[in-house]
Amino acid sequence: MRKWNSTLLAVSLSVAALTACAAPTTTTTASPAGSASPAAGSASPAVTGSPGRLGTILSRGSLICGVEGTIPGFSFVDSSGKYTGLDVDVCRAIAAALFGDPEKVEFRNLDSTARFPAVASGEVDLLSRNTTWTASRDAAGGNGLEFAPTTFFDGQGVMTSKASGITDFRGLDGKAVCVETGTTTELNLATRATEAGIKINEVKFQDSNAGFAAYQEGRCEAITSDRSQLAAKRTALPNPDDNILLEDVLSKEPLGPVTVNNDSQWFDVVRWVTYGLIQAEEFGITQANVEQKIQDKSPDIKRFLGTDGDLGKQLGLAPDFMVNAIKAGGNYGEIYERNIGAGSQLKIDRGLNKLWTDGGLMYSPPFR
Amino acid sequence: MTTAPPSLSSTRPPAAQVGAIAWLRKNLFSNWFSALLTVVLGLLLVRTSLGFLTWATTTAQWAVIPANLPLFFVGRYPVAQYWRIWAIVGILATLSGLSWGILSRNLAKLFDRNILIGFGVAAAIAVLIPAPIPYRILLLALLGLVLASAWIGRLVGQRMPQLGQWLSLGWGLSLLVVWWLIAGGIGLPGVRTNDWGGLMLTMFMSVTSILLCFPLGILLALGRQSKLPVLRWIAIAFIEVIRGVPLITLLFVGAYMVPLFLPGGIRLNQLLLAIISLTLFSAAYLAENVRGGLQSVPRGQAEAANALGLNSVLATILIVLPQALKVSIPTIVGQFISLVQDTTLVGLLGAFEMLGISRSILANPSFIGRYAEVYLFIGAIYWVLCYAMSLGSRRLEKQLNTTH
Repeated sequence: MRKWNSTLLAVSLSVAALTACAAPTTTTTASPAGSASPAAGSASPAVTGSPGRLGTILSRGSLICGVEGTIPGFSFVDSSGKYTGLDVDVCRAIAAALFGDPEKVEFRNLDSTARFPAVASGEVDLLSRNTTWTASRDAAGGNGLEFAPTTFFDGQGVMTSKASGITDFRGLDGKAVCVETGTTTELNLATRATEAGIKINEVKFQDSNAGFAAYQEGRCEAITSDRSQLAAKRTALPNPDDNILLEDVLSKEPLGPVTVNNDSQWFDVVRWVTYGLIQAEEFGITQANVEQKIQDKSPDIKRFLGTDGDLGKQLGLAPDFMVNAIKAGGNYGEIYERNIGAGSQLKIDRGLNKLWTDGGLMYSPPFR
Repeated sequence: MTTAPPSLSSTRPPAAQVGAIAWLRKNLFSNWFSALLTVVLGLLLVRTSLGFLTWATTTAQWAVIPANLPLFFVGRYPVAQYWRIWAIVGILATLSGLSWGILSRNLAKLFDRNILIGFGVAAAIAVLIPAPIPYRILLLALLGLVLASAWIGRLVGQRMPQLGQWLSLGWGLSLLVVWWLIAGGIGLPGVRTNDWGGLMLTMFMSVTSILLCFPLGILLALGRQSKLPVLRWIAIAFIEVIRGVPLITLLFVGAYMVPLFLPGGIRLNQLLLAIISLTLFSAAYLAENVRGGLQSVPRGQAEAANALGLNSVLATILIVLPQALKVSIPTIVGQFISLVQDTTLVGLLGAFEMLGISRSILANPSFIGRYAEVYLFIGAIYWVLCYAMSLGSRRLEKQLNTTH
């Protein structure tokens, strides 16, 4: 009798497994209108004949945007389950430019090892996830990517307490600085110190959290890491306002959206919508006043917002694509301030990310 | 296994050998060395727990947990569709209550003291958790549902004992319903797998992979023992290749290389690929666990079955496999428990399962630096999940215990 019990167990388990088996097969079907350009990653000339990524996205009806998903202020899920952040808002603006609806975007989380294969295999239409623009990543013989305009000029920075009295990089002479070991951060610090002719006492840590804990305990007078990282970690300190980020930037980390090589049509859309957000700030067009600005008399603004000329059509978009993009989350300045600037808890100074007219690097070529 | 009868002695134990102090003396202070160890370790323990308590009550900022409770449990699942998750929990509660009632129909008492205490604790937790009031009422109602359906199951089970055989079918059907409720389609708005998350996704991946890898693992184990060379080679090659590759590599291959090989236009669901990787990986390990069980069954069993006229397939299914599986329950459940924990690796690929969603919550500028609180919380949930599994396996072992 007992034996039959266990047989029953074995059989029932297998039956349960088989019935469960029937369920997953329903999802094996390919998603509708999946990526039609599987060869987008390679330099195959066959792609030129096909409709290209832009056509694929438009027929799919939604944009697939790769984000990091766990970077404070750049991309994360807020308590209501909504993706939030600067990188996310750029994706929303592009979705709005394509479809007139900022919600027609699907986000995929990609970590740093997965991001490039995901673009190459066409898993995502674009990356908007803190990817530094470098020559080897851009080159066809390297990663073979296209870099749209930088949306955040990051760089290695130094945080120190106000009480320490250090005001610039030279002030670190003879001071203890916490740094994560085995990173370019460590190398940059050493290089800059040599250049400045000062001697820095490096306190090395394997893990960035351990480094911040040491800084908090006062075991080093300053800590160095990417400026956006420092700003994020600063908010977690007991008294954030007692700590300052030095103005000195020790390395260049231009971060921006990325698409795959050899699809100029799609790349141009990403590039010009991104430029458009910067241009909108320069024109003073905001989320609030974009409807009034449509009536503006200036020929530049008329062309920009699509009431005149056919820039939208040339890009393969609706004439008022920039109106929709700005309505989604405002111009670049608004996106910046809301997510990582004064309007957020991170309070990262705009620094290099100011408009060129204010002494920053944000510069859009003319919309003509 | 012989149990020697306890040696009978007529002398009563001296009074000093019973009681708390005697116990302490015997176990903790038997000589100077163990006394020293007890004092040192005791102090350390008290110090640590005090430290933890002070931290938990003063420094820790627990607000991050209630503020993100829905995220932890269902991730980005649309708020308007939460009722579907509740319905699933309701179905599972009813089914487990019924199964419990029917299976224990012959016990003298359904709700013994331990079980009542367990339910009391669960009810207290349901009342105390920092969730909105309607959710707490729902949780209490669910507990009531389990008790009620257990009682009904017992009553019905006593009248119709053959009902027990239909339970597994009920569970099988419920899986289809659960799938339908989560994913939508046929009358319900669809929810993309991209929006699934939290505990729900963790459970979904674990349960699906467990159910799929179990039969596959058994087949592989049988294949490896097969007398047919091709079958045996295939099984050996599969097991050794999969076991020789780290799970994270398999997941990466599934997620980023398979799409490159597929013909254009076909895009497989990322979650499906992750589940396939998890299933293949666990099946290879499970096959070895089951093979151990198979080898522990004496050859005589199969020979006796053949002598009775069973062919080799029937002999395997009816005689050898049940005994082999019974022997390997502990290792199989161990494999399942590690499978549950392995689902966290899928979080590295960007899925918002419990660990993934926690990392995203920690990136919310409002909750930066709340690592300890968040990780403790999900750690507790993982512990409950895994401990429940190990408890269940011990019960199963006890029930199937037929030592000869």
